[in-house]
Amino acid sequence: MSTARARLAGVTGHRLFWPLVVLLLLLVANVIYRPSFLSVELKNGHLYGSLVDIVRLSAPLILVALGMSLVIATGGIDLSVGAVAAVSGAVACLYISKQPDQNSLAVVLTAVALGFGVALLLGVWNGILVAGIGIQPIIATLILMVAGRGLAQLIAEGQIITINSDPYKVIGVGHLLTLPFAIVIALAVTLLVAVLTRRTALGMIIESVGGNAEASRLAGIRSRRITFLVYVVSAACAAIAGFMMTANVSSADGNAVGLWVELDAILAVVIGGTALAGGRFYLGGSVIGALLIQTLTTSVYAMNIDPQTSLLFKAVVVIVVCLIQAPAFRARFRRRRSVPVTPVEPVGTEKEQVPA
Amino acid sequence: MTTTPLAARPGRAWWRVPPRHVPVLATAALLLVMYAVGVSQYQAFSNIQVVFNVFIDNGFLLVVAVGMTFVILTGGIDLSVGSVVAMTAMVSASLLGDGLHPALVLLIALLLGPTLGFAMGCVIHFFDIQPFIVTLAGMFFARGMCTWISTTSIPITDGFWTTAAQHRIHLGENFVSISVLIALAVLAVGAAVLAYTRLGRNVYAIGGNQQSALLMGLPVGRTKIAVYTISGLCSAIGGILLSFYTLSGAPLIAVGMELDVIAAVVIGGTLLTGGSGYVFGTLLGVLVLSIIQTLITFDGTLNSWWTKIVIGGLLFVFILLQRLVGIRTK
Repeated sequence: MSTARARLAGVTGHRLFWPLVVLLLLLVANVIYRPSFLSVELKNGHLYGSLVDIVRLSAPLILVALGMSLVIATGGIDLSVGAVAAVSGAVACLYISKQPDQNSLAVVLTAVALGFGVALLLGVWNGILVAGIGIQPIIATLILMVAGRGLAQLIAEGQIITINSDPYKVIGVGHLLTLPFAIVIALAVTLLVAVLTRRTALGMIIESVGGNAEASRLAGIRSRRITFLVYVVSAACAAIAGFMMTANVSSADGNAVGLWVELDAILAVVIGGTALAGGRFYLGGSVIGALLIQTLTTSVYAMNIDPQTSLLFKAVVVIVVCLIQAPAFRARFRRRRSVPVTPVEPVGTEKEQVPA
Repeated sequence: MTTTPLAARPGRAWWRVPPRHVPVLATAALLLVMYAVGVSQYQAFSNIQVVFNVFIDNGFLLVVAVGMTFVILTGGIDLSVGSVVAMTAMVSASLLGDGLHPALVLLIALLLGPTLGFAMGCVIHFFDIQPFIVTLAGMFFARGMCTWISTTSIPITDGFWTTAAQHRIHLGENFVSISVLIALAVLAVGAAVLAYTRLGRNVYAIGGNQQSALLMGLPVGRTKIAVYTISGLCSAIGGILLSFYTLSGAPLIAVGMELDVIAAVVIGGTLLTGGSGYVFGTLLGVLVLSIIQTLITFDGTLNSWWTKIVIGGLLFVFILLQRLVGIRTK
């Protein structure tokens, strides 16, 4: 009995338990609303269905959330990802729109390389500000968040660049081996990041820098180089996400591409159990967080609720998930459940350990 | 040769300016330079009305920035301000449309923001969740409420509102609106609270070092909840001023305003880590942002996106300056 209870406590105490429960609840709600929700069918060798759509649409968010997880693991934050996505998308689309043959594969590859290169430069800029000059991450990336949007509009000269390029479109809506191409990219990047961080010492090094940068430096880790690196990786992920978003609609709008994606990505990371204080990161959790957010958005669309009102639901879900995961909230709840507990530990002791 | 000691002396006197005043002075200098450039380039710029218009157009921004200064001084951040401004304007417009008495509408509208701020402050304090996440949720919530009330813009035709919007207080040949007076009043109250009250000292103490503040026996929890409530109140007042200015409530108004506000506070010399900064600096920060916009409007050939790029560049310069000042004091 007690072992079963302990096991149950172990399951409910797992950091991914509540996010998964919420995800499941959302899916069940969708099935009740529309029974055909779960059906996935094979048409012309491509997979179609609501579930596939949700995963395909969440691909950009997954990518951004991956980069964001690494940044947050070092105790930083990257607010500029949305702007970086907009800039890289705008650069790629601008290059393609200037070419005579927009359908040529070479043109698209050059465009993507160009956009990627610009994004890497922006990542380097963030990295220098944070790791080199030592500016607080939230402000350092705020600069690019504000200026980057202006930059994207400057590149597009305030216009929405529309392109007509089939190879570029593939990034957003194409298929590969029955799966949508966007899912394949997201999966590949996820695996790449997971292997690089979890099968080598890199992940642990990143976590140690997040735990205490100075101590890691004394232990022989090049903290600054690691901090620099994660911002570049984050910008690279944002760039791929930017290509997907612009390819989805075959146009680049400097104002709209990746708007608020940084907030969604931070949410996804936090829902996945990574603390904003740094020192730990969970890639799987971030992916589930991103899926949860996209499922929420899609369900709201599917249930004919005004998309803007979906923000209300998002607020509720965010607060509920964060509350359930907060140690202080759990401690309170637990105390209330088991009433006759002898001298209650003051909440203050737990709070003092957490830096503001 | 004899000039060297003479030159050195004023230099030394200049360094005697406390380091914490340097960012504010730099902002003031920048503001003067920008104004001088404006006056030298455009004849109409020297008209005093240009200055008054800056206040008329940005009164609501100023009010919200005062609230944000409190939050940032404690080392927190409030992302919900833009949405709360929009929600307040929406609620007022919608209730006025239903024929409610303006005084009652004003009361309800002014209560909504602080209530949300209080709730967010409680969650931040009692459950130890980062302000960033909590106020982000608040931002989503308030924006969602806006569209839930109405997806389209609601015009305001109420007599009290239109009088408040159109009434001109003449100062010589020029005029200001009622909103400007309200904004300046909020600014004065905010500055006084921070400088002369116990709450103000607590705010600085918590921003300097929360742990020490707690050990000193300062009411950390109460103060933290108070600053988010103050920020909510300022956003609500800002929302009312915005509804005076536009005479409508639109669900997508003031999107991204939180960034402008944070930028203004940072340019005004307040450290985002908390503990150092002044409401007066925030006023200068807001003025710098609005003068940039005015200059770009006067120029006519520059496009609106240059505003964003210039603001980003200024942010960079000021953060670098703060960093340098910080290194020197160490």
